[in-house]
Amino acid sequence: MDLSAINPVLLIASLMVAATPLLLAAIGELVVEKAGVLNLGVEGMMIIGAICGFAIAVETTNPYLGLLAAMAGGAVLSLLFAFLTQVALANQVASGLALTLFGLGLSALMGQSYVGIKPPAMAKLDIPFLTDLPIIGPILFGHDPVLYVGLALTAATWALLKYSRLGLILRAVGENHEAAHALGYHVVRTRVLAILFGGACAGLGGAYISLIRVPQWTEGMTAGIGWIALALVVFASWKPWRVLLGAYLFGGINVLQLNLQAAGVAIPVEYLAMSPYLITILVLVIMSADKSRAPASLGRIFHASQ
Amino acid sequence: MKLTKLLASAALVAGLATTAMAEKTKVGFVYVGPVGDGGWTYEHDQGRKAVVAEFGDDVETVYVENVPEGPDAERVMTQMALEGADLIFTTSFGYMDQTINVAKKFPKVKFEHATGYKTADNVSVYSARFYEGRAVQGHIAGKMTESNIIGYIASFPIPEVIRGINSAYIHAKKVNPDVEFKIIWAYTWFDPAKEADAAKALIEQGADVILQHTDSTAPQAAAQAAGNVVTFGQASDMSEYAPFPRVSSIIDDWAPYYIARTKAVMDGTWSTANTWDGIGAGMVGIGEISDRVPADVKAEAMAMVESLASGDYHAFTGPLKKQDGSDWLAEGETADDGTLAGMNFYVEGIVGDVPN
Repeated sequence: MDLSAINPVLLIASLMVAATPLLLAAIGELVVEKAGVLNLGVEGMMIIGAICGFAIAVETTNPYLGLLAAMAGGAVLSLLFAFLTQVALANQVASGLALTLFGLGLSALMGQSYVGIKPPAMAKLDIPFLTDLPIIGPILFGHDPVLYVGLALTAATWALLKYSRLGLILRAVGENHEAAHALGYHVVRTRVLAILFGGACAGLGGAYISLIRVPQWTEGMTAGIGWIALALVVFASWKPWRVLLGAYLFGGINVLQLNLQAAGVAIPVEYLAMSPYLITILVLVIMSADKSRAPASLGRIFHASQ
Repeated sequence: MKLTKLLASAALVAGLATTAMAEKTKVGFVYVGPVGDGGWTYEHDQGRKAVVAEFGDDVETVYVENVPEGPDAERVMTQMALEGADLIFTTSFGYMDQTINVAKKFPKVKFEHATGYKTADNVSVYSARFYEGRAVQGHIAGKMTESNIIGYIASFPIPEVIRGINSAYIHAKKVNPDVEFKIIWAYTWFDPAKEADAAKALIEQGADVILQHTDSTAPQAAAQAAGNVVTFGQASDMSEYAPFPRVSSIIDDWAPYYIARTKAVMDGTWSTANTWDGIGAGMVGIGEISDRVPADVKAEAMAMVESLASGDYHAFTGPLKKQDGSDWLAEGETADDGTLAGMNFYVEGIVGDVPN
């Protein structure tokens, strides 16, 4: 065992990268669920974002356009879900699952000519002096811009939900859509916008994997992160900061366990491999022992005539 | 009268249709990953395409991708058998028990299970001696590493993977006594993000050669980003990362085997077999060794490929000890296939335990 082989600074820096796609997708889904909609299509929207972002970044050689395309791609796919559940009043669970299957298939089709291509690199943040600081520099000031977007988005979502009128409406729609409707709020419009936001976030998270974290296009490359994001929202009791904590715990322990394995720590590998899931769930379950609960109208279909 | 006529002609048409169908041999493939993974599943699908190219209209192939190694695999195989498949290739180790179970229910359907060891009257197993390729990789890795740390991304602790680690280690150690292996078990065959993280963790801990036994090209991309790290293509050539970081590769070539077995089913000569071919038979290919490998190392590696192919040299030749220091192979003795097929121990010098 040689723990000195692990460089804590590099470890923290890479756990932040590992957590970001999960954080982005989970924050998007949190807003969707706060509006009372359960969209199980996160995985599908992520993989569509991954290929849309990758394709546009390669074609235009501009990674930022790629990220915008990824958000658009995820949002367009989520629009399909919005149509099915908000207009056609289809079952949300079934529609969400269908969205994932559809997204996986469609992305494989779209990505056929992009296998084995290298995307344009995204510049990392480089602030003179700050980035060169020891320890703090690589951890706080040496990342790609999307990572900071993820953090800013978490803060913005929290503030918006807690302090703004818009957040109040969104929560009202999610808690009791009949009451919100009676008060004159547009339930369906609010939900469609929330779904679009969720799609854009998931798409961005997917593109983060294909453009920054891996970076390449491979079929099925999100490999279940969308599902973990879904679980994370529930275990985080629909609270943005807990989602952030959960994402960093999960990403962090995943990176840590790989590092511990490489360093030859004498903990059986099986325990290390399951630790990210176990510890993240444990911590969040303990934290959610307070009275937090799911939005009351979560997953229920709304029609103004009812 | 009219009705009977109608029924009779319907029956006739149906009969004709069945005969027309029966002339076609239907071959099913169960894949563990997507056909576009650029690695393991990609090569199996190349084999499937070769079968189509060889037999044309006489054969019909079906495949299902991303089939999890569990009960779902049994459902997929059953579905294929019910749809009239004559021959089904199940292409991952984790389908072993499922293949045997489904084969019991469909005695007339032939099954071929890759990398497993359980056979039955209608179940054959086939695998390639990838460890021969690992020996070549180990040699190149041992010669090229400057930090003397070689990172190994392993998938699941099954004999197939353990053989690869041992073979690579033995040959790296032979040319570089100071070499050290850092092994990460990813517990997945295919998860690009996790594979990339594993590669980054190994690189951060000083590895300058990465060997992978997972299926995606993500570790190659991570090595490329890091700059001075050597990799090898796994299952497929991964030549898009040549000449550097990918300096060589192990290529699985299933096409000749798939064609031969399909032909056997067509001719009615199929029988249970246990095929384990290596470089010599062409099932394991060594991808072009790039110019970034020093010329003398390349020549040695090529010579090793030659001797492995001809059978003059066995990748597990004594003297070798097990990790616990007990004797395994005496001087000049070579490992028997039984031990290799069930290998569950590291050889002497590797640090860490094999997970259960």
